[in-house]
Amino acid sequence: MLEVTNLQAWYGLAQALHGVDLRVGEGEVVALAGRNGAGKTTLVRCLIGLHRQAGGSVRFLGRDVTGMAAHQRARAGMGWVQDDRGIYAGLTVEENLLLPPRVSDRAWTLDRVYEAFPVLADRRKASGTTLSGGEQQMLAIARVLRTGARLLLMDEPSEGLAPVIVARIGAIIREIKATGAGVLLIEQNVKFAATVADRHYLLSQGRIVESLDSSDFRRREGELLKHLGI
Amino acid sequence: MNAVLQYAVQGLAAGSFYALAALGLAVIFGVLGVVNFAHGAFYMLGAVAAAVLLDTLDLSLWWSLLVVPVLMFGFGVAVERLLVQWLLRLDPLYNFLLTFGLTLVLVELVKQRYGVSGLPYELPGPLQGRFDLAGVVLPRYQLFVLLFSLAICVLVWLVMTRSRVGMIVRASTEKPDLARALGINVGRWVTPVFGFGVALAGLAGVLAAPFRAITAEMGNNFAIILFAVVVIGGLGSIVGAVVAGFLVGLVEAFGQAYAPTFAQIFIFVLMALIILVRPAGLFGRKEATA
Repeated sequence: MLEVTNLQAWYGLAQALHGVDLRVGEGEVVALAGRNGAGKTTLVRCLIGLHRQAGGSVRFLGRDVTGMAAHQRARAGMGWVQDDRGIYAGLTVEENLLLPPRVSDRAWTLDRVYEAFPVLADRRKASGTTLSGGEQQMLAIARVLRTGARLLLMDEPSEGLAPVIVARIGAIIREIKATGAGVLLIEQNVKFAATVADRHYLLSQGRIVESLDSSDFRRREGELLKHLGI
Repeated sequence: MNAVLQYAVQGLAAGSFYALAALGLAVIFGVLGVVNFAHGAFYMLGAVAAAVLLDTLDLSLWWSLLVVPVLMFGFGVAVERLLVQWLLRLDPLYNFLLTFGLTLVLVELVKQRYGVSGLPYELPGPLQGRFDLAGVVLPRYQLFVLLFSLAICVLVWLVMTRSRVGMIVRASTEKPDLARALGINVGRWVTPVFGFGVALAGLAGVLAAPFRAITAEMGNNFAIILFAVVVIGGLGSIVGAVVAGFLVGLVEAFGQAYAPTFAQIFIFVLMALIILVRPAGLFGRKEATA
């Protein structure tokens, strides 16, 4: 559903992405790991349309979205879960959920969101940023599910969260996969990524240097961890 | 006691102009990221338009309160489409300079056409005279201005907090990129929001017309105080703009009553103190200004 070909981008005066090729299929969870500064966040921002790409193409659901603005890509079915969670302080929890428009008929209803995430129902009238870090992450994911996005671009969803919450996020990702949606999971925590991902990419200095399926990944985990400096 | 109440009402009435205009400035800054230096000139145009409508078409204040904001909305839309939009992608300083230049042009044009001596403005009968409220005698018009502005502020607040439009404006103000990535066409709201902000400045001008000398220069000093209001309230904060507007009106009125030469100084001392204690302003959020 997502095909990225020879994607190039600059960050200030430095080239951040040197021709990235990657692919995410329907119902597939693809993890992308890389050190800090490898270009992971620039890549996601290019995909969602917030960072100008200098070359290459992005196809999504059979359409060329390369020249599309961010809001058009979102309406085409891309959902972004930002690395800092991107919860609005000036909006209540419920408003955070209701803000983005529905983009497909697989959009979750508010009731379904509240059933899956009871804590959000309890705090629906509270300001979004009064939630704990884990709850904010749930809110960020729930917000994208409510739009009915076909592809979730998740940037470091496990960062800074307790293991029990990380496990919960893993379960949610498996549920999303079961509905046929695709997930591109940007994740430094490769141990977590290994529990949910079907395939793995390793990004280094703006290039994809490894592309592995999950069995290769497990076999070479030690080597990869060493590359990531963990 | 009597005098204190009179100054308070006078201050709140003067604060109404600041509150309405600062509200407009705040939504424009929030959604466009533009510090609109021409806001004082738009306020002046509102007052001049009311005076001209009364003089040429015999339209009373009641009509001007309705017609002038609509005209100013149209004018704001034209300014945004013709000028402001081309600089939105650049450093905000460019639009600051553009609106500064626009101010000079508008002020000079009004001077050329209507002179410098000030236009007359007569209130409709029911708003003239004084009002005796349990022994406290207050000018009727000041009370009207106060109540009318409060009603507008409450209305804007309701729209901002209860409607989908308000939700989108708040989201675009706080994190414009994220709003885009969530599927909101932020660009579509830019022109109407600018027009709306200009309409509020024009409305403040209409209300000020019977109260102040209507001259081409009337917006200059107003604009300077308006920036103090916005800094005190917190850039981009809607509640902050309103509260700080009334607060500054009060400080000014009491200053003028008890220490006239220092009246304006007090406002800026207050601003300096607030910046020292809360750099983001009374209601500003760090995230909102980043």
